[in-house]
Amino acid sequence: MSDTMHEVTYRIRHFDPNRDAAPHWEEYRIPYAPGMTVLDGLWKVKELHAPGLAWRSSCRMGVCGSCGMLINGKPGLACNTQISELGTSLVAVAPLPNFEIVRDLVPDLRPMIEAHRVLMPYILRDDVEERENPTGEFWQSPEELEHYLQFSYCIKCGCCMAACPTYATDPSYSGPMPLGQAHRYNSDSRDGGFAARRELLFGEKGPWRCHFAGECSRVCPKGVDPAKAIQLMKRELVLSFLRLRRAKCPSGLAKKPEGIGRREGIPEAPAPTV
Amino acid sequence: MLESKGRPNRLGLWGWLGGGRWGLERYLYTLHRLTGLGLLAYFLLHIVVTSSRAISPERWKAAMDSVTGPLFTVGEFLVFVAFAFHAANGIRLVLVELGWAVGKPIEPVYPYRTSVNFQRPLAVGAMILAVIVMMLGGLDFFVLD
Repeated sequence: MSDTMHEVTYRIRHFDPNRDAAPHWEEYRIPYAPGMTVLDGLWKVKELHAPGLAWRSSCRMGVCGSCGMLINGKPGLACNTQISELGTSLVAVAPLPNFEIVRDLVPDLRPMIEAHRVLMPYILRDDVEERENPTGEFWQSPEELEHYLQFSYCIKCGCCMAACPTYATDPSYSGPMPLGQAHRYNSDSRDGGFAARRELLFGEKGPWRCHFAGECSRVCPKGVDPAKAIQLMKRELVLSFLRLRRAKCPSGLAKKPEGIGRREGIPEAPAPTV
Repeated sequence: MLESKGRPNRLGLWGWLGGGRWGLERYLYTLHRLTGLGLLAYFLLHIVVTSSRAISPERWKAAMDSVTGPLFTVGEFLVFVAFAFHAANGIRLVLVELGWAVGKPIEPVYPYRTSVNFQRPLAVGAMILAVIVMMLGGLDFFVLD
């Protein structure tokens, strides 16, 4: 694929549940311009050939995670993939596999979101009063932040779930995204929910179904590396089972700075609304 | 599991065997499962064949006669090849799955360096070990015998 190319062919997998018995492929030729992303091409196809074509997208900058799809056989974000980097003038676009198809390129991500919700992806602590009515910030050192920062970049696009061969055959497996996010919170020094999540992580839902095919990390558009999170989680679970895991108390409140006042002319923050 | 009225699109076994532009570790994953199933099938057959010894010496001799010949030698060598791969890759998986060969969490800076890259030397080393064991087994099966 060179920038002297003037046209590209889009091969798109269509499915309309109200009209089609099964998904089918359609081909469209569209003008190509250097710098064009797969998402730009889809808009062009919609404009010139297929006004009814459906997909999800929003931010156009690899942040919202809406436009995950199978691009030339590999899960990725349409807005984050340049046509030139595909190395061919044929762009085959299909909905993310391992999710049911709502319509055309729109996958039903609800099973992934539900598995994510079940594993309690939020800070769990015993001091409910401080959590509900905070009086300050919980202390965390830069070194403690590094334990989970990489995993917190996840945008829940579903590309890892589409690439996982275990999830391809086993719907009861939670999958790379929910497990990676469970480890993100387990390794947060402010969190005290490891024991509660551990009960959910044994059995077929948990990380033991993962045997490091590594595809989730290879396709992740944000470099989150869910495979690493899952293996590190297994180590924590083994250490916990052998009673060798160091007991961890969630970090307390950070000491408030003393002798510092608000500068003149800066108004007070408005009252919390939630 | 939530109910959906969408069109099923799960890859199933195609997710193991193909379906995309995958990397080395995915093929190791698939081969590990296939060799594991092959070794399990061999063990079951092995139990069936050797159990004839408990019935009578004649049945034992008949059973042994039925599994001799060049075809069975090649078959046994294939079992050995599966064992060598499964064992070497199994050592890699133990090290990886206990978090010893995947590295520490890092700041994701493009181009991303993942745990897959980090453990790649281990994967290559495990495959070299498997090939050496297979070659030694081949010598024993076909040359020294």
